[in-house]
Amino acid sequence: MTANTDRPDPDALLARVQESESRQGRGRLRIYFGASAGVGKTFAMLAAARKAREDGRDVVIGVVETHGRDETAAQLEGFAILPRREITYRDRALDEFDLDGALARRPELLLVDELAHSNVEGSRHPKRWQDVEELLAAGLDVWTTLNVQHLESLNDVVGGITGIRVFETVPDTVFDTADEVVLVDVPAEELLARLAAGKVYLAQHAERAAANFFRKGNLIALREIALRRTADRVEDDVQSYRIEKSIVPLWKTEAALLACIGATRGAEHIVRSAARLAGQLSADWHVAYVETPALQRLASAERERILRALKLAEELGATTTVLTGEDVAAALVQYARTHNLSRVILGRAPIRSRWPWQHPVAVEIGRLAPEIDVLAIGAESERGQSRSSASAALPDNGIDARRGPKRLRYALSALAVAVTTLAALPLEPWLDPANIAMLFLLAVVLVSVRYGRGPAIMTSILGIASFDFFFVPPRFTFAVGDFQYVLTFIVMLAVGVTIAHLTARLRYQARIATHRESRARELFEFARELSGALLTTQVVETSTATLGRAFSAKVALLLADADNRLRFDASNGAEPGLDAGVAQWAFDQGEPAGLATDTLPASTFQYLPLHAPMRVRGVLAIQPAHPRWLLIPEQRRQLETFASLIAIAIERVHYVEVAQEALVKMEGERLRNSLLAALSHDLRTPLTALVGLAETLALTKPPLSPEQADIAAAVREESLRMSTLVANLLDMARLESGEVRLRREWQSVEEVVGSALRASRPALGSRSVEVALPPDLPLVEFDAVLIERVLANLLENAAKYALPPTPISITATADVDAITIRVADRGPGLPKGREATLFDKFTRGHAESATPGVGLGLAICRAIVESHHGSIEARNRDGGGAEFMFTLPRSAPPAAAPETP
Amino acid sequence: MSGPHPVALIIEDEPQIRRFVRAALEAEGWQVHEAATMQQGLTDAGTRAPDVVILDLGLPDGDGAALIRDLRTWSQVPVIVLSARSGEDDKVIALDAGADDYLTKPFGVAELMARVRASMRRRQRTDGAPDAHFSFGDVDVDFTARVVRKGGHEIHLTPIEYRLLGLLIANAGRVLTHRHLLRDVWGPSHVEDTHYLRVHMGHLRQKIEDDPAQPQYLVTETAVGYRLVV
Repeated sequence: MTANTDRPDPDALLARVQESESRQGRGRLRIYFGASAGVGKTFAMLAAARKAREDGRDVVIGVVETHGRDETAAQLEGFAILPRREITYRDRALDEFDLDGALARRPELLLVDELAHSNVEGSRHPKRWQDVEELLAAGLDVWTTLNVQHLESLNDVVGGITGIRVFETVPDTVFDTADEVVLVDVPAEELLARLAAGKVYLAQHAERAAANFFRKGNLIALREIALRRTADRVEDDVQSYRIEKSIVPLWKTEAALLACIGATRGAEHIVRSAARLAGQLSADWHVAYVETPALQRLASAERERILRALKLAEELGATTTVLTGEDVAAALVQYARTHNLSRVILGRAPIRSRWPWQHPVAVEIGRLAPEIDVLAIGAESERGQSRSSASAALPDNGIDARRGPKRLRYALSALAVAVTTLAALPLEPWLDPANIAMLFLLAVVLVSVRYGRGPAIMTSILGIASFDFFFVPPRFTFAVGDFQYVLTFIVMLAVGVTIAHLTARLRYQARIATHRESRARELFEFARELSGALLTTQVVETSTATLGRAFSAKVALLLADADNRLRFDASNGAEPGLDAGVAQWAFDQGEPAGLATDTLPASTFQYLPLHAPMRVRGVLAIQPAHPRWLLIPEQRRQLETFASLIAIAIERVHYVEVAQEALVKMEGERLRNSLLAALSHDLRTPLTALVGLAETLALTKPPLSPEQADIAAAVREESLRMSTLVANLLDMARLESGEVRLRREWQSVEEVVGSALRASRPALGSRSVEVALPPDLPLVEFDAVLIERVLANLLENAAKYALPPTPISITATADVDAITIRVADRGPGLPKGREATLFDKFTRGHAESATPGVGLGLAICRAIVESHHGSIEARNRDGGGAEFMFTLPRSAPPAAAPETP
Repeated sequence: MSGPHPVALIIEDEPQIRRFVRAALEAEGWQVHEAATMQQGLTDAGTRAPDVVILDLGLPDGDGAALIRDLRTWSQVPVIVLSARSGEDDKVIALDAGADDYLTKPFGVAELMARVRASMRRRQRTDGAPDAHFSFGDVDVDFTARVVRKGGHEIHLTPIEYRLLGLLIANAGRVLTHRHLLRDVWGPSHVEDTHYLRVHMGHLRQKIEDDPAQPQYLVTETAVGYRLVV
């Protein structure tokens, strides 16, 4: 253990950094905390919300219970209230807080009353605090209210004081991690006065209990607890502030606790006590359950209780574990030492001493590890015992199942005694009775090895009876002639029971060892198989097969596609009971959902997100034969290990695919580029030669006849057209392949208009173009060659359709964030209803017209403008003619040039 | 000029293009030598002492810009490069390496001959002493008085505009790359700041051109540079 030093513990600082990181983007939670109903939490929350709204915050009421109180209802006035969601439950329509509505509305601040509320069955989460968690994770600020009796760790204390246990609890972690807690406090007398004035809401069924509850003594005690709990929190705040500011090194590394629970009723009480203690010490805490051979034989309801206590511990923030071992104390000491836990908390007698010579566990621990503090927790007060948990009876997982049904085992043991007797009878004349007794002992040993302890003990009793009846004189009676045989019987019984006990123990340990080995082997083999997988389908097949075998479960692996949607197909979506919505939720939130979790526990499957190093890769849906298995921490951890192995394998395969795709794409691009370059060269060179040769022909001496000169000119014209066509096709191919890299520079619109006009001069002929550009047009960032191309295409288009002498005009306007350039003509205009399709490839304004072109010009324009994140459109002008306009985004231009260099 | 006929060297791998370029030049009284490879071209440039070199940038056996740089170490012969339409980068590199002008394929004979004549004229002019006056259109520049007149009226140019105009006049008819202009006017640390150029060229056009959006003299060669057309 580290000694306290003067500088902050790096781990603690790291934890703070991580915490603040995880809080970034997370909403803030404020809890209005009170000692009991009627102190005015909701009223205080609404009053503060009103103020926040006046300060300009977007406040929405998610759910607020006014309980018919007028003053509270008056406070609601003017707030936006989220409509409730209607849920049909057992043919009754019930109103419930609309979580999805709130997430869709995304207010800045949401008021959600009564944090401890249990949602109607069929909601996404069983508890409202889980809804609030999701809201916070989505970045919404939430204000809520909470009574002290609803805090999980104080639940039994409050129950003990007031005699009323509530079923709706909120884990302490929610309270402790809340960003702000506002204590709403009213003296007991005033609260009683309010009650008398009828200002406190009492549910009808609680009226009887209320008389007991609202006693002055109770109220004072509750107030004290609430104040104390708030004070603890404030102290935590002070501590974390100190850690942040490094004022004094305050952390204790030695305070960690280990609570040990047994199968007794007090398990949950021990967990709550440990939670409180750990909270007061601000220490880590672990909860362990030691499974010994004796505890193995517990009825399934008791095992259930232990698993529930472990789950409760986890909810309260503990690390939980199930230890297996012969000796409870030794297992605990070993665990405590390996995890640096210096205090062990036990129930006063968590495991009853079976025999007088067995020491209580506390004493054992003291003997084994004198350095460890042992704290004994008192028994739970009897008053609070009303809480009966009606848990669904889960099927026994049947640890003994492989040894055959219980009755059969006992019958077979009896048979063994009969066989021994029959075998011994013919030997009777030759053997001493003492040696015959040995044969019966042999039977006991064999039975205990084969069928376990119970049948072995029965065998030894039956064996003694049989020995007595058949072999001990007087024979064929149970009477014993010689008293010394009584000693034989006693020794036989003692030896039989001891052997039964020892072999059972050995069997148990052997089984544990086999079990552990098989677990390790499963993992090892699974990892090996996954490492060989090269395709996602292989990973899926291996995973479903291995998990199905290891957990005797139905398994489906749902992988995410590029849009972060889970894919369902014939291979994985066929399982009945698989819920796409829950799976997607688990994927989106990165949290387990479904069976044995906090989210939609009514589902038949559990959905585990597959966390890979880079991101969540999918969801593992599993439905074990026995749902209880998912509650056992070891099993869960095993499952999580499997899940992360799968996730890593999927990610690895994914990157293999990405790398292959990139390689193929690179190859393809290289091929296309060289093809384009070759095409461009091979087509252009002969065209250049054609143009040149046609002109040379016209210049030959003696001069050509007029007809011949015309033909030479026509050859030249057609070659030039062909060249334009080839250029368009190649440009389109380049733009479509995404190969064109924009060379954005700060450009002047006037300049690019000028060069476009010069480039389209041959097409425009002698027609004049009216250019009207405002003198203060700003510089815009674009690729000048491409935008010149757009303008030239638009101009040539206009020249093609609008015949002389109709005018063509270019205008431009600048907005704050965009610049728009228009090319307009007074030609025949655009065909009605086809303004948008004009920009598609191979589209021509008038299909039958003799105007040349294949309709690539405008498609190129659109491709260029869109690659600049701009937009282009066409429309008919008032008064006839067409107008093409394109818009380019603009940003702040660079610093102006210095006048004197 | 070497002998009674000026000598031209065509470095181009495509025989049909060589053929019509030769025909066009010979029709105007040039003596023409052809080279199909870069290597051959460089040798011929040394031995034939050409008055103009017409160089295709798309030769399969080498880099045209390297040839120009090589040539410029010992000769000031005008070089006109032929390049593909989308090869703005190649043009800029060739111009910065010392080429005088460029033609984009496909080009016409008339265009080619105009460029050849322009570079010959430029060469003759730079051989003599610089003029004290330079005129184009209705613009007159008096270098000794540092006065610019348009249509007889004096126009005021800022020092930067005056230097830009002077540089363009000194290279009239030639394309000056952005880099070249920026280096000579603003200094070598500003060769990437093309927006300086756009702003000041815009101002210069406003003062000198009749219609700045459709310039007659200060012509933009998109993505390459500027040219003063006279």
